Amino acid sequence: MISLAQLLTLSGVVFALSVAGMFLNRKNLILLLMCVELLLLAANFNFIAFSRYLGDIRGQIFVFFVLTVAAAESAIGLAILVVLFRERRSINVEDLNEMKG
Amino acid sequence: MLVQALFYIFAVILVAGALGVIVARNPVHSALALVLTFVTSACIWLLIGAEFLALVLVLVYVGAVMVLFLFVVMMLDINIEELRRGFTRFAWLGWITAGAVIAEIAAVVLARTFGIDASRGPGVEPVTYSNTTELGRVLYTQFAYPFELAAVILLVAIVAAIVLTMRRRPGYKAQDVRRQVAVQPRDRIRIVKMAAEGATVSEPVEAASVAARTASAGASASTVSAQPAAAGAQSAAGAPPGAVAGAQPATGGAQ
Repeated sequence: MISLAQLLTLSGVVFALSVAGMFLNRKNLILLLMCVELLLLAANFNFIAFSRYLGDIRGQIFVFFVLTVAAAESAIGLAILVVLFRERRSINVEDLNEMKG
Repeated sequence: MLVQALFYIFAVILVAGALGVIVARNPVHSALALVLTFVTSACIWLLIGAEFLALVLVLVYVGAVMVLFLFVVMMLDINIEELRRGFTRFAWLGWITAGAVIAEIAAVVLARTFGIDASRGPGVEPVTYSNTTELGRVLYTQFAYPFELAAVILLVAIVAAIVLTMRRRPGYKAQDVRRQVAVQPRDRIRIVKMAAEGATVSEPVEAASVAARTASAGASASTVSAQPAAAGAQSAAGAPPGAVAGAQPATGGAQ
C-alpha cells in the first residue's frame, strides 16, 4: 500500500519545484501563474492524503473549494495579463515598476 | 505490489512534469508539461481512492484552465529571449530554497505520525462505497453555504474577466442603444416658419425672383429634413449680392 509519508514527500517535492520555478521564471508572468497552479496542486495532494488516511471526507470538500478558487484566480489573472499585454506589449515583470517610489 | 509500483511510476512522471514546467524554454511546452502533471496527479488521486476529485481535476484543470493558459500563451506575441535573459541568475537561490523546503517537509513527515499509523494504507471501503455520493452528501448539507459562496466566487470571476478584457475598437460599428433611446425630436428635425411664396413673386426684377425661388425652395426643403438643407438655404440667400434684396423675405421667414 501507499504510505502517508510517501504521498506527503511527493507533494513536498512538487511544492519545492514550484517554488524553485518562481525563482527561475521570475520575469515571465505566465510561468509565475503556472507555478501558482502547481503549488496549489501540491497543497491539494496533502488535503486528499490526510482525508483518505484519517477517513474524513471533509478534506476532499476543501480540495473542491481550493479548485474553485484556483480556477477563478487563474481566469482573472489571465484577464489581467491580457490587458497588461495590450497596454505594454510585454509581460515582463521588470517592466511593471510604475508604483516604485 | 502493483499499487506501489504504479505509485512510483506516476510519482516519477509527476516530478518530471513539474521539472518540465519550470525549466522549459517555450511557454507552450511549459503549459503542456503542466497538463501532464495534472493528469498524472489525477491518476495518483485515483490510486488512493479520491475518484470524484481526480475526474474533476481532469475536467476543470486540463479541460478548462489549461486550455485557457494555452490560448493566452499562443495569443500573446511574447519575446521569449527577453524573458529568458538572466534565467540562471537567481537559480542557485531557487534550488537552495527548494532543497530547504524538501528537507523541512521530509523532516516533519518522517519524524511524526500525525496520530496515524503512517505505514498503513488508507482505510478499505466496502464494495458499495461511492466517493461521489459521500462527497455530495456532505457538500449539500454541512457545506451548503460555502458551496453557494463558491458559486458566487465563480460568478464574480466571470464578470471580472469579461469586464477586464472588453474594449472598444476605434472603427467599431454598432448601435448605441442608449443614444438611440435618449434622442429628442429637435435633434433630428427643425420646423421652420416662413411666409407664403406669393408675397415674393411680385418683384419686377427677374434675376431676383429666380434667386428668391431657389432660396425658398431650399427653405421649404429644410422644413422636411434637416441641417444640410437649411445650410443650403442660407448659402443660396447669401450668394449673389443682387439677389439678397429679393431673397430677404424668404430668408427672414427661414430664420
